[in-house]
Amino acid sequence: MTKYTDQGKQDTRSGYGAGMTELGRTNPNVVALCADLVGSLKIETFIEENPERFFQVGIAEANMMGIAAGLTIGGKIPFASSFANFATGRVYDQIRQSIAYSDKNVKICASHAGLTLGEDGATHQILEDIGLMKMLPGMTVINPCDFNQTKAATIAIAEHHGPVYLRFGRPKVANFTPVDQKFEIGKALMLSEGTDVTIVATGHLVWEALQAAESLENQGISAEVINIHTIKPLDEKAILDSVKKTGCIVTAEEHNYLGGLGESVAGVLGMHHPTPQEFVATKDTFGESGTPEQLMEKYGLNNKAIEAAVLRVLKRK
Amino acid sequence: MPNTKELQDLVIQVRRDILRMVHNVNSGHPGGSLGCTEFMVALYNEIMDLKEGFDMDGIGEDIFFLSNGHISPVFYSVLARRGYFPLEELNTFRLINSRLQGHPTTHEGLPGVRVASGSLGQGMSVAIGAALAKKLNGDDHLVFSLHGDGELQEGQNWEAIMFAAGNKVDNLISTIDRNGQQIDGPTEKVLPLGDVAEKFRVFGWDVLEVESGNDLERVIAGLKEAKSRTGKGKPVCMVMDTEMGHGVDFMMHTHAWHGKAPNDEQLATALAQNPETLGDY
Repeated sequence: MTKYTDQGKQDTRSGYGAGMTELGRTNPNVVALCADLVGSLKIETFIEENPERFFQVGIAEANMMGIAAGLTIGGKIPFASSFANFATGRVYDQIRQSIAYSDKNVKICASHAGLTLGEDGATHQILEDIGLMKMLPGMTVINPCDFNQTKAATIAIAEHHGPVYLRFGRPKVANFTPVDQKFEIGKALMLSEGTDVTIVATGHLVWEALQAAESLENQGISAEVINIHTIKPLDEKAILDSVKKTGCIVTAEEHNYLGGLGESVAGVLGMHHPTPQEFVATKDTFGESGTPEQLMEKYGLNNKAIEAAVLRVLKRK
Repeated sequence: MPNTKELQDLVIQVRRDILRMVHNVNSGHPGGSLGCTEFMVALYNEIMDLKEGFDMDGIGEDIFFLSNGHISPVFYSVLARRGYFPLEELNTFRLINSRLQGHPTTHEGLPGVRVASGSLGQGMSVAIGAALAKKLNGDDHLVFSLHGDGELQEGQNWEAIMFAAGNKVDNLISTIDRNGQQIDGPTEKVLPLGDVAEKFRVFGWDVLEVESGNDLERVIAGLKEAKSRTGKGKPVCMVMDTEMGHGVDFMMHTHAWHGKAPNDEQLATALAQNPETLGDY
């Protein structure tokens, strides 16, 4: 299989910050909003370099979403950022009416998604946000896997006209995608070709999928690993082409199995090419406090869980 | 510039439009629409500096946001009569495949509408965002918004009210339609709003009060005064007392006509009280 090297662990939220820094220098229409979480979102450099293009809204996310919608009227490209929970569930109707239904060019950028924010616990660990956002007509949903890809995605969505939900996280994780890889919205990335099973992963679980594939290779199992950074619109062709070859699939995500990537994939397969599928995802549960590693272990979201899911799905072929 | 007589005729004609639109589909919100007719007519025909035609960005012109989207009949009638879209299109209000949805939306591409509204309490935030965009663009035109008083019960407004004052959004004029009524009854019984003007004042806004929101000349004077107060470091709020259902005797002094259409007989009575001036659509 294709080998990937960790260039040094970094948090994906810093990839967002780096992308914003670059956008601040290259696109005068980009403006940023934040709800009292500037440090957590890593946008200090953008603010320092473009103070007139930053709006601190305080702890008032509903107002932030409305202001972002309004800023598009006049040609601005607002990047509204907060924690994933406060940027989606808390303000769902504001996003629905003022942004999605109103066709506004707002980028909703959400850090601390999933379990891996760790010790703060379930009040802050949203595992439903992909589902909430993908159900909105016209909303693009992106969950990049590492620092480099998050930076590239941040830059790419400024060029895309329409509302986008960009989801990333807090922990330092392997940074393994190429520094200069262009981000194409809706285009899945083939990371490693294989013949026995397809593993489709998003976000932090892409690296875990690669680790699982390596371990499976040692057991004589050839896994194909695909990085689905865009959950909507979903690259259906990449998924169908792969399962036609392998005959079974495991989906992996830091999200509830209801409403997530796995559910979208199941929909495509059910419609076009029924295929045995196993879900690596949380099982309709809230999270809890703990270290990111402990939580990913307990809730079955690490490389070992992916490996076990592969062994299960192979028996169903 | 139209004189007051012409505007007065337009007010009556818009009232007819509202009544006929809601009657035609036996649904919609006549009460608040009738109450805000003078305001909407004055705004679009005497107060706002508007370009010809419509583009979403509205750079180089004043723009308006209707936060209480349920009073779409008055909005649609005023927009159509200002030339944003054909008058005959008022016939399609709330019908299938229409651009005139029950609540205003950009989704069907209706000229004049810049954001969807209907789910209450969101319009002030959007208006603030548009006002900030105007400042960034070096555009010295104004942003106007209209809000129902009952709508102020939504918490998002108070986030927006704090933000606008704290950030000196002084190119914004938000008008509160203080008709004192909401679906379940008088606002002061459902959830008391108290002294709305004083609330805005202590939040840091420049506030003026218009006691007769159904007196065209006083509404125009109020809006002109509001305009003169912009650009001075504070957002401007105009608290305007209106009568829900104004212009139709049996629709006034009650919340009953908030979201109810008149039947044939009631329509005839209401139209007789507002004789045709500029021609029905």
